[in-house]
Amino acid sequence: MALSGMRGLSVFISDVRNCPNKEQERLRVDKELGHIRTRFMNERGLTPYEKKKYVWKMLYIYMLGYDVDFGHNEAVSLISAPKYPEKQVGYIVTACLLNENHDFLRMVINAVRNDIIGRNETFQCLALTMVANIGGRDFSESLSMDVQKLLISSSCRPLVRKKAALCLLRLYRKNPDVVNIDGWSDRMAQLLDERDLGVLTSVMSMLVALVSNNVDAYWNCLPKCVKILERLARNHDIPQEYTYYGIPSPWLQVKTMRALQYFPTIEDPNTRRSLFEVLQRILMGTDVVKNVNKNNASHAVLFEALALVMHLDAEKEMMSQCVALLGKFIAVREPNIRYLGLENMTRMLLVTDVQDIIKRHQAQIIISLKDPDISIRRRALDLLYGMCDVTNAKDIVEELLQYLSAADFAMREELALKAAILAEKFAPDLSWYVDVILQLIDKAGDFVSDDIWYRVVQFVSNNEDLQPYAAEKARDYIDKPAVHETMVKVSAYILGEYSHLLARRPGFSPKEIFSILHEKLPTVKTDTIAILLTTYAKILMHTQPPDPELQDHIWAIFNKYESFIDVEIQQRAAEYFALSKRGARSMDVFDEMPKFPERQFALLNKAEDKEIDTAEQSAIKLRTQQQTSNSLVVTDQRPANGSHPPSQLSLVRMPSQNMDPSLGDQETTQANGILTKVDPQPAQSGDVLGDLLGTLAIEGPPGASMQPEQNSGLEATASPIGDLALAPLDGQPNSVQPIGNIAERFNALCLKDSGVLYEDPHIQIGIKAEWRAHHGRFVLFLGNKNTSPLVSVRALILPPSHLRMELSLVPETIPPRAQVQCPLEVVNLRPSRDLAVLDFSYKFGIMVNVKLRLPAVLNKFLRPISMTAEEFFPQWRTLAEPPLRLQEVVRGVKPLSIPEMAHLLNGIHLGVNLDIDQNKNNLVASSTFFSESTRAMLCLIRVETDPSDRTQLRLTVSSGDPTLTFELKEFIKEHLIIFPTAPSAPSHAHAPPVVQPQPPVVGAGSTDPGALLAGLL
Amino acid sequence: MQIRFILLQNRQGKTRLAKYYVPFEESEKHRVEYEVHRLVVNRDPKFTNFVEFRTHKVIYRRYAGLFFSMCVDITDNELAYLECIHLFVEILDHFFSNVCELDLVFNFHKVYLILDEFILAGELQETSKKAIIERLGELEKLE
Repeated sequence: MALSGMRGLSVFISDVRNCPNKEQERLRVDKELGHIRTRFMNERGLTPYEKKKYVWKMLYIYMLGYDVDFGHNEAVSLISAPKYPEKQVGYIVTACLLNENHDFLRMVINAVRNDIIGRNETFQCLALTMVANIGGRDFSESLSMDVQKLLISSSCRPLVRKKAALCLLRLYRKNPDVVNIDGWSDRMAQLLDERDLGVLTSVMSMLVALVSNNVDAYWNCLPKCVKILERLARNHDIPQEYTYYGIPSPWLQVKTMRALQYFPTIEDPNTRRSLFEVLQRILMGTDVVKNVNKNNASHAVLFEALALVMHLDAEKEMMSQCVALLGKFIAVREPNIRYLGLENMTRMLLVTDVQDIIKRHQAQIIISLKDPDISIRRRALDLLYGMCDVTNAKDIVEELLQYLSAADFAMREELALKAAILAEKFAPDLSWYVDVILQLIDKAGDFVSDDIWYRVVQFVSNNEDLQPYAAEKARDYIDKPAVHETMVKVSAYILGEYSHLLARRPGFSPKEIFSILHEKLPTVKTDTIAILLTTYAKILMHTQPPDPELQDHIWAIFNKYESFIDVEIQQRAAEYFALSKRGARSMDVFDEMPKFPERQFALLNKAEDKEIDTAEQSAIKLRTQQQTSNSLVVTDQRPANGSHPPSQLSLVRMPSQNMDPSLGDQETTQANGILTKVDPQPAQSGDVLGDLLGTLAIEGPPGASMQPEQNSGLEATASPIGDLALAPLDGQPNSVQPIGNIAERFNALCLKDSGVLYEDPHIQIGIKAEWRAHHGRFVLFLGNKNTSPLVSVRALILPPSHLRMELSLVPETIPPRAQVQCPLEVVNLRPSRDLAVLDFSYKFGIMVNVKLRLPAVLNKFLRPISMTAEEFFPQWRTLAEPPLRLQEVVRGVKPLSIPEMAHLLNGIHLGVNLDIDQNKNNLVASSTFFSESTRAMLCLIRVETDPSDRTQLRLTVSSGDPTLTFELKEFIKEHLIIFPTAPSAPSHAHAPPVVQPQPPVVGAGSTDPGALLAGLL
Repeated sequence: MQIRFILLQNRQGKTRLAKYYVPFEESEKHRVEYEVHRLVVNRDPKFTNFVEFRTHKVIYRRYAGLFFSMCVDITDNELAYLECIHLFVEILDHFFSNVCELDLVFNFHKVYLILDEFILAGELQETSKKAIIERLGELEKLE
């Protein structure tokens, strides 16, 4: 054992170690801190050696978890020391103690810069290391040029250059402008020729970061990466010191394959062939060996190769090879490999055509769901969830339910939610669905949100066949001891409505049902009492002939609750009492609830009437759509203005509520915070009691009506930032202003796959997307910028009808300074320009709600292809007639030169083929569009410009699908007319209401909301 | 694609090395160290070396009484980082010839130096043990 080489430091460490308890340790540490503080106060007489020793002690104390709130200055000042031993301490300790936000760093920028540009290689290394480890904007601005020079310098040793590469990477992460994209891609290509594998490893890390941000600038690096991978995989010319347990740098192999995964495709057939040869070799040549390190290293490479094969959409044969391998992995005992097998199989689900093969492994995956290791269980759950469809939903959901009782707390919520989603999505029959949800409530009631049980009620009410069954089940559950309160609610509702259907069965007499329910009353909360009272009233009215004993009992209860502390309960008790006294005359009031309407048009009409901001509009329209959809899985939708959500909740409550808002009674009762229900039967409409009664079972926020929804629309229109997809909340102007222009951010993200979608003083929402044929995957990065948590976080995806989207669980709270990632899966069903909307809200003092358009736009499902004239024209000729070919003269085009126009088309993934059209004023482009309905479909585009008038052109679009042709043509027009990369008006943040430039539209008003809606319906 | 932090902790949860490659608040660092220790210390040796931590993943490995943990993205290559930990341990072992926890305690400052030659900006800088050991030799001479 070696001691530190500094006696004082060693003694101090020993002292601390010898402290018998935490208290003593604190005393010893405090004493030392006091000593150091005194010595630092009077720097005179402090030798460099002493200073160095104290700074190390400070770091040690800091590492033990004590606050060190002084001495930063001393540590930082050592950076300027002339000799290596002190300088080294200064750099290392500064990098540990400070982060990029510390002001102290500004003091040393000059000293650091001098070391970087100086002649002393050791100092250069120290400085580069610290800058690389701290990063930050200040360093980025003042040092990036010098660091760049070191990286490409031919006179520096590899030692310096590899540090420079990573240093530049760190600065780039803070500020992407540090590499000048134009010149830099050639530099990168040159750097990839590097012979020193240490430098190459660092350069490859840098490339991964660069291509993940802007792959288009680095196509020239692709063949080089394939070469590097070949060299490594064949172990050709690799120095011994760079092999790890016989494997040529597994890390560099992994990194290279990671970089390759950012290129959407590989066009060049030779490069593609070489790459597939290498991948094939890795897939087939990786054996399981005894040595654990060798095994891990070779499998690290193998799993990365698998990911790359999936990305490249290899031929079916290779894909099934991959699935076979994964099938082997998920059955092995070795936990790491099994974990990775499950994880990668989940990713594999994105690849079409292999789902069926994956399904064969279901039994094996279920075994992992019960593994003692939570890491494995989580992966198994994700995989089962992802692979579930109508064919296996029953088995999978039942497995999840079975496991729910045994699962530890950490997983229950996720399990319950996933089971509920799957049950709803894939229910083979409704009785099964009811079974599943009741079981869920039984086993994990805390995790079943109200929406889920409302949904059950809705299903049961609308399906007569289901009613006796549901009543029977409800009775079974409610009869158990210790029932969850949600179970009391749903059972009470169902039994109140339908138990009379089974009244002749033993155990179902009104008296028995009543007494089972009434047992629960003392233990439940107010809102459940309200439901129980309604149920009692219903039971009473359904008892024919009347049972005087039961009647007296229930009336006594009503009497008692007339003086209950809660006004809602009081009113119910009083009214039910009065109504039931009227006997058969008020029978109709207590009739079964009518079916819930399948659609509510009011909202939609409003959306058509008003010109509202695009996102808000899509949001309304989509919510309306979702009400009727059977695959609705929403946990507590919350509209912008805090009015009651127009989700199923409103359907459950009152079908005719919005039809006659002039009804006086309704207004008064709403003022009392009491739900009203206008019975739709005409016989009752004149009856005051009829208005007040009806089924009050299901609660929503009091005082809600449709009216505020309209307000929200109006305000959004009037607001200067209406066009920025921001809607105010609670009818109050939103006091949280977005940072930057949301529309510009959205436009930028339409053309690239990562960036910031939204930012305000509290949160930043970043987005990163990957696209593979008609599948896509977003990751939303929700970053809390504050030092206190953001709560009530909610993200709801409102997909247009042509996209299937699934957002993974979004945590309700984002911890301070933390970033959470929420994957969002997208499947494109058919061509359409409609937009998906993210309805996002959080609470930070006030509730903030924004609706953001998501860049899952049409061009994301396009993949450019290059064609020769011989390939192009035969296709062009076969697609010559409308509706497969559409042509339009577009005016009001942003004037662009031909190269600019080509750049624009390439930017939206339409591959321009320069040599096809002889006329240099024309452009021809081709691309493949992917969607579930069209599969991969070829699109051909021709743009004929008029050199004398650049503001007009003729656009011709052809494809094998009429809708695709039309949508694509309109889509291209939108881009030609408002060119999104043009730097537009100054910042809108504090400006007075700026009239957003109206996109001059040619043709059938494509921005007219009415037209948009019509197109959607 | 970047290591967020590296921790070296003993079974009692004492931090022997902590290196953060993304900015964290002080209080947050303490919490992270506490949580990661709790997360890994009671895991069965037969379990995976990967465990979800908040929205990321911790790749960890135990050597005698010491836990080496790296926090990475959920999409990162787990096994590559797992072997990265082992390579680091091999380098420490070579440098201290048969490393034990006490070496790391009394020479914590050297451990930081070694780490800086191995990992930089949260990325792997050098994978040749020979190159790193030679470099450390050069630096020793300068002391």
